[in-house]
Formats: sequence, structure tokens, C-alpha cells
Amino acid sequence: MGAALFVLFLLLAILGPLLAPYGANEQIVSDARQAPSALHWFGTDHLARDVFSRVLLGARDVFVLAGTGTLLAVGIGTLIGLFSGYRGGWLDEVLMRFFDSLLALPALLLALLLLGTLGSSRQSVLLVIVVVYIPIVARVVRSVVLSVKTRGYIEMARLQGESAGRILFREIFPAVLPALAVEAALRFSYAIFLASSLGFLGVGVQPPSPDWGLMVKEARDAVSQTPWALWFPAGAISLLVVSVNLLADGLKRVFQVER
Amino acid sequence: MAGKHTVLKIENLTVAYRSGDKVLEAVRDFDLEIGAGQVYGLVGESGSGKTTLANAVMGYLGRDGFVKAGDVHVGGQSIGGLSEAELRGVWARDLAHVPQNPFTALNPSLRVGDQVVEVLQVNETLKETMARQRVLALFKRVRLSDPERVFSSFPHQISGGMQQRVMIAMALSKQPSLLVLDEPTTALDVTTQAAVLDLVRELSAEKTTSVLYVTHNLSVVAGLTDRVAVIYAGELVEDAPTVSLYRQPLHPYTRGLLDSVPRLGQRKDVKPLQGIAGQIPALDELPQACIFAPRCPLAIDLCWEERPALEAPIPGRKVRCHRWPEILAGELNASRQAVAPIVVEAYASQPLLAVKDIEVAYPVRRSLLQALRGAPAKEVSAVRGVSLQAGRRETIGIVGESGSGKSSLARAVVGLVERKAGDVAINGIALPADLKSRSMETLTLLQMIFQNPEEALNPYLRVGESLRRPLRRLLGLSAEAADARAKELLEMVRLPINYVQRLPSQLSGGEKQRVAMARAFASHPALLIADEAVSALDVSVQAAILNLLAQLQIEHESAMLFIAHDIAVVGYLADQIAVMYLGELMQTGPAEDIFTPPYHPYTEALLSAVPPPDPDVGQEKIRLPGEVPSAVDLPGGCPFHTRCPRFLGDVCVEQTPPWQETNDGRRIFCHIPIKDLETNQLPVLRFGEVQREADE
Repeated sequence: MGAALFVLFLLLAILGPLLAPYGANEQIVSDARQAPSALHWFGTDHLARDVFSRVLLGARDVFVLAGTGTLLAVGIGTLIGLFSGYRGGWLDEVLMRFFDSLLALPALLLALLLLGTLGSSRQSVLLVIVVVYIPIVARVVRSVVLSVKTRGYIEMARLQGESAGRILFREIFPAVLPALAVEAALRFSYAIFLASSLGFLGVGVQPPSPDWGLMVKEARDAVSQTPWALWFPAGAISLLVVSVNLLADGLKRVFQVER
Repeated sequence: MAGKHTVLKIENLTVAYRSGDKVLEAVRDFDLEIGAGQVYGLVGESGSGKTTLANAVMGYLGRDGFVKAGDVHVGGQSIGGLSEAELRGVWARDLAHVPQNPFTALNPSLRVGDQVVEVLQVNETLKETMARQRVLALFKRVRLSDPERVFSSFPHQISGGMQQRVMIAMALSKQPSLLVLDEPTTALDVTTQAAVLDLVRELSAEKTTSVLYVTHNLSVVAGLTDRVAVIYAGELVEDAPTVSLYRQPLHPYTRGLLDSVPRLGQRKDVKPLQGIAGQIPALDELPQACIFAPRCPLAIDLCWEERPALEAPIPGRKVRCHRWPEILAGELNASRQAVAPIVVEAYASQPLLAVKDIEVAYPVRRSLLQALRGAPAKEVSAVRGVSLQAGRRETIGIVGESGSGKSSLARAVVGLVERKAGDVAINGIALPADLKSRSMETLTLLQMIFQNPEEALNPYLRVGESLRRPLRRLLGLSAEAADARAKELLEMVRLPINYVQRLPSQLSGGEKQRVAMARAFASHPALLIADEAVSALDVSVQAAILNLLAQLQIEHESAMLFIAHDIAVVGYLADQIAVMYLGELMQTGPAEDIFTPPYHPYTEALLSAVPPPDPDVGQEKIRLPGEVPSAVDLPGGCPFHTRCPRFLGDVCVEQTPPWQETNDGRRIFCHIPIKDLETNQLPVLRFGEVQREADE
């Protein structure tokens, strides 16, 4: 169920430009503030743009931003978690305390802080997602590494002269994978949410991009006249987040059965 | 015995589990009757259905289990037909259960005493002070040394042995008519086990509570029970009064179980363990005729064709075997004769391993505040001043309780923990303290196998992959050569070669330990370290693994450091034995001599803790009071003085004991003169007896 919805979203994001009847910022002056109809499925907003086209075209942005951000955060976080957990000692101690202090700040606050210094742009939003999620991913990976690294088979590999790299990636990483896959899916859903929130607050992706969060913000001002311009992007965010969460649950079940 | 004095009656009981769309019968057509005050042993390997049976007696089979036929009566009341509320009433009054692992049974976030009070309150409303006094009295009854302290401790603050006593106290708090003990000592040290067994023995002497004692080790129940039932693959195969069962077991399976346990003084080169061939069958692959036939040394054609009935050869005994008349008449010996004496030629004069004055310590974490205040860095001293030598192909046994430092010693030798001081050399090459600085060549010479079979293999890698790695890394074999050699290694540990494709989850515990052995021997190590390699295994599997270790040692010309808490197991394999306590050596010497006086008082206690697998053998009872002292604050003088049964006085507290040497090469770290030890100590075993059986 989650996977099916997710794939649907992914297809829409990829094929968006082909399917969208209008351009993202194309103003159909004759059709301003139209309610949903056969011509404009999701209606048009106060600037006479086709909401359906904007939601469709915005999907790509969501996937690119949240997806790349999550991938980077998971990749870097995994490396840090693996090495820090395996090596231990003062380096691990320092890194983890630093991450703890990052985690102590609410994600949104940290994001606003960063964007305030970096300036609002697509790249900044990406960077925010990466910075906010690296500590979380690293913690999850590290906790698995700690529980696995004292097992007999790891100690045996050490006695047989295996290099640290091989032990980390060949012996320990498979044990990390189940937790990591679930965590990555969850992170992705939160990244979507975070990117949209930043758009909504006006510090993320800047207009006139068809960013869902930004669309919600813009439509809010005109909610009495064009409520549909708010419903559909907001609905898209919720539905995608739900589908990714369902996907994470599914992954968890798959890995549990395998064990 | 029957009639109204029957406490537990199991009739034609069949217990099944739903597994997918199949229904597997874990216990079939089982009968058992326990009289008032009787102590009954229920013995079988893992997978024999003994825990299922114990759970059926409790009326607790979980969601997938159910009673398919027959019934269980406790105190005349049928358990099968009870609702959950009625069952709870029976649990509160008549039935008590002590599980194998006390740590998972106690709630970690409640004080121990309060958990027992809670059980008392189920049956009666008691004032808090009254309840507390009752619990303290119970704690005294189960011989907890400091009841007040235990009462207000959390479970993690007391040792495993104490936790198990608390569980027994909890079970006794309701004065049950039946106490079910499910492997209560399997997770414990021999010395702690001995104390728990003493406790059960005392309880049974009071004759108020009947006991069903479930175990895989026949020698544990020898001196404890009135009767023993032997269960195999879900069926009762033999049921007899304890003494006659041990004197003359009628079922070959019972014989096999008895032959699997090393007796004190039994040695591989004189009387090798015979054990039992093969494995217990899976429930969906049970043999059609006699279920034991595939593993039976006495199986004849009839055993493969016709199912034996449960018969009563002598009043009071039951056996399910076609060949009992011949066994009873003494015409057949059910002992396997498959394993010939294993003689490893040791070259003690050619030194291989030299460990000198080794010291191991672990830092105790200080909080930041403590560090800033300048609190001194504390450390746990695990090993102090231990020196050992091993010659080529020689087996050195190291024995001691948990906390004796024997594992730390082993890990420091292989380099898994860095030693604090001392030297280790192999073949004359000095070994650096940390693993990273050791050369590939020395890594090849030293290998180790660990205690827990579940951790022996990476669950995500196929067996073949695990075996190929040391071949490629340590021996530099090509991929094809390593593939071929991996199969040979499997054959070497008597496993089928198609196991290279298997994942560890498809292997039994014993099989995993075999693969771990194959992996350790892959590089032909000059020295193998086995750290409690058999203590987590069933006795039947343990016997096979012990023999295999000795045989591999011959093939690879390796020496061995064999570490265990059971002195009988160590004595079976070792040429030399070192006894450790609290990080120091107490006694060293040839293994044959460890079983006769003079010994160190600690060795004496270890020997006395091994349950003799024979109800006729009397044993001197020496139990150590209290617990192993904390390694942060070590006792001065002799480290053993706080628990020593032969404590002399101030000299033991104030002065380090001398190393005394006897003419036959044993060395004892004790103030008591050797002469005095020799005259006051009794031989713990009857050598003649083991000798006689070897001659038969």
C-alpha cells in the first residue's frame, strides 16, 4: 500500500512535465480563481495559475530536495556512525557529544538558524536537511555497531588479520542495514516535511517555484477566495508523508521476517 | 503412592504447536505421576520436549501451543479445562515455577524484596512490616547471606546465583504443592550450581513440596531425585527410581546421556567420552518405528520396522526399547564403543607459549565531576602476575569461577585486550600487547574459539564465506583453492560439505561451534585458545565437541589453552591445569594430580562442586560462603582468604602466601603447609572406579 502510493508519487514526479497541462508559472488570465473543474482539476489560484500543474511540477522538487538531502545525510551519517562506533575512545566521545548538542535543538530552529546565516536558496535547504539528519542517522548506526562489535565472530575476524575496513563493511554493515533502511525511509518523510515547513515559513525555496510548502503559504493569504489552492498542495504533502511512513513500516516487517 | 497422595498426574498427554499450517506434536502420549514430597527429574537434550512438558504442567503453552490429547492433574484438579482466572488461582496456591534464566524473570526496575512481597500479597492481605519479615525469613531459608541487603537491591545488583535463590524464595512463598524447576542451574557456575542443588535437596528433605526438576544433565539430578524420567523427541523412553536408573539404565539413550558427562578424573586417553551419535530429529521428520533407532548403537532390523511399546520390565520401572530384556540380563552393553582413546603426544620440553607475569586491568569510568575533583583513576584488576608455559601440542587447562580472570588472561594472550604488564611470546617471538602491531605470521599461530555458539558465526554470511576468509587472508590462498579447502575444513569437523551454502541460522548450536572450530583451525595454529567453548552446549553435544577438539589437535599438531569453569571437563582434556581465583593462580600442576590431595582449598571446593553422575558416589561437601569479592577493592594477603574454608587466621589476611612445591610437580599458593593439606584433605573421587570401568 505504502510502496504503491510512493511509486505513484515518484512516477508523477518524473513524468510531471509531460503530464502537466500548463506551465508552473503560466497565468491563464481568463481563468483566475476558478474552483476545481474538468478543465482545471484542482482549480486555479489567485494569480490564475493552474493548481494541478503546479502540484504536479512541484513533486519533482520535493523528491530532488528531500531525496538528495536524505541520501547525503544517510551516507555521511552511516560512515560517521560506523567509524565512530567501531573505533570508540575519545574521538567517538567528542563526536557524539557534539551530535547530542545538535540534537538538543529542535530541527526547525536549527534550520532557521542556518538559513539565517546562509541565506535562503535551494542549496541551503539541502544543506539544512543534511546537517539536521546526519547526527540522527549516525546515532542509529553507531548503536548497532556497538552491539555487534564485541560479538565472537567480529573478534575472530580481528584475530584473523582482517582490516578494519573489511570488518566494518563486510561483517558489521549487513547488521546495520535493516535499521538503516527503516531509518532512511523515516528520514525521507521528515525531510519532505521539513522542506515544506521551510517553504511555508518563507525561508526555504523562494517564489515563484512550485514548492508545496510555499504554495500553502501563498494560498493561505487568499484562503477565503481560493481554498482549493490550499487543499491540494497540503493534501499532497500529507499523502506523500503517510505513504513514506507506510513504506518504512513495510521495510521493518520485511527485515523482521528475514531475521 | 497413588490415590490422594498424588500431586501431579500426567495422563496420555500430547502437546502440539501450530507452526504455519502444520501442527507439530512436541510431546506425545506422555505419562508421569509425582507423589507428595517426591523429587522427580525430567531429563533430555534440547529439543526433547522437556520444557514444553514443564509448561504444559503449568498450563501455560503460549498462543500456538495446545493440549491435543490427555490431561494434566495437579492436586486432583484437571489443568486442561481451567479458564485463565481459575488457572491464576492454581498458580497462586499450588504451582510454582522457576525458569532457567532468573535475570529475565525478575523485573529489573523493582526492588527484589518488593517483588516477593507482591507474590505474598496475592494470597493474603498482609501489613507491610509483616510481609517484609516473611520475605526476610524466606530469604534466610534459601540461604541468602545478607537478606536485608538483598531485599532492597535491584536485580542487577546481585549475582546470578543470588537471583536464582530469590526466584526459589518467590516460588516457596506460597507453599506450593508442586515446584517446577526448569534448568535452574544451567546458566550458573558449578560452584553456584552446587549451592542451588543443596538448597533443593534441603527442601525435599522437608517433604512438603514435590519437585519436578528439568535438566539436560543427568549427573545434576543423580544425588537429588527420587525418580527420573528420560524424555526423547517428545516421548517417555525410560522412567525409574534414581538409584536403579543409574546402576542399570535400560534404554540406550539413558546410557548415552550418562556416558556424555565427564566424571572427575576421566581422561580422553584412558576412557574417552562416548556420547550419542547424531542429533535429535526434527518434529516433522520423526522416524516411523523407534524414534531413537538412527542414533542407537544397538539398533537391529526390528527397531526400524516396529515401534517399541512402553513396557514395565520390573515393577516401578518403565522403558520403551525392543532390546531391554537383553540389556537387563547383562547380555548387551548399551555403551557406544565408537570413540577410541585419544592420545595426544605432547612435547612439554619444547616450549611454544611463554606467558610471564601478565597483568590485565580495565579502567573504571569516572564521571567528569569526579575527574575534575581529582578523584584517582580506579581500575578493575582482572589478572595479576600470572605466568604460564605450554609446550608443543600440550593442553593447558585453566579453571575458575566467573570473575576469576581466566577469560581476560586468554584475551590478553591473543591480543583482544591489551595487557598492562608482562610478556607473551610464542615460538620465541615476543608478541606486542595490541593486536594491530602483531605480524600476520604470529596471527596465524594463535587462534581462538569463543563460548557462545550464537556469536560464533556472522549471521549474514554463508558458512563458506566465513571459512574462506582466514584461508585467503592468513594463508594467502587463491579463491579457488580457498573454496576447495573450505569444504575440506567442513569434512574435518564432520559436517556435510554442502553446508558452505548455508546461513548460520540454518545450523544447530553444536554445528555452529563446529564451523567456528573449522575456522579457527584453518590457519593450522600452533596454539588454540578455547574459552568456555563447550559450556553453552548440551552434554551430548559437549562430549562430541570435546573429542573433536582433541582429534583436531592431533591433526594440526596444535597446543591448546582450554578454559572452563567445570573442573571435570578441564581434567578430561588437559595435560596441565592452572586454577585461577580473582585474577591470580592458586594451583598449577599435572592434570592427573589435580584430583588427589594435596590441593589448594579453592581447588578442593571446585572439585567438590561437580555433581557426581552417580547416586552411589558419596562426595565431600565443601561450599564457599559469600560471593567473589569485587576486583576494584581486592582483599589483601591471600586473595582467597575471605571465602576460604580452611582459613588459618591473621597470616592469611596480612601476608601473601608462598608458592609451595611438591615432589610430583604441583605448585600450591597457600600458607597451609603441604603436609597438613595432605593429611586433612580427602580424595574427591574414587580413582579406582573410573579405572575399573575403563578396564571393562
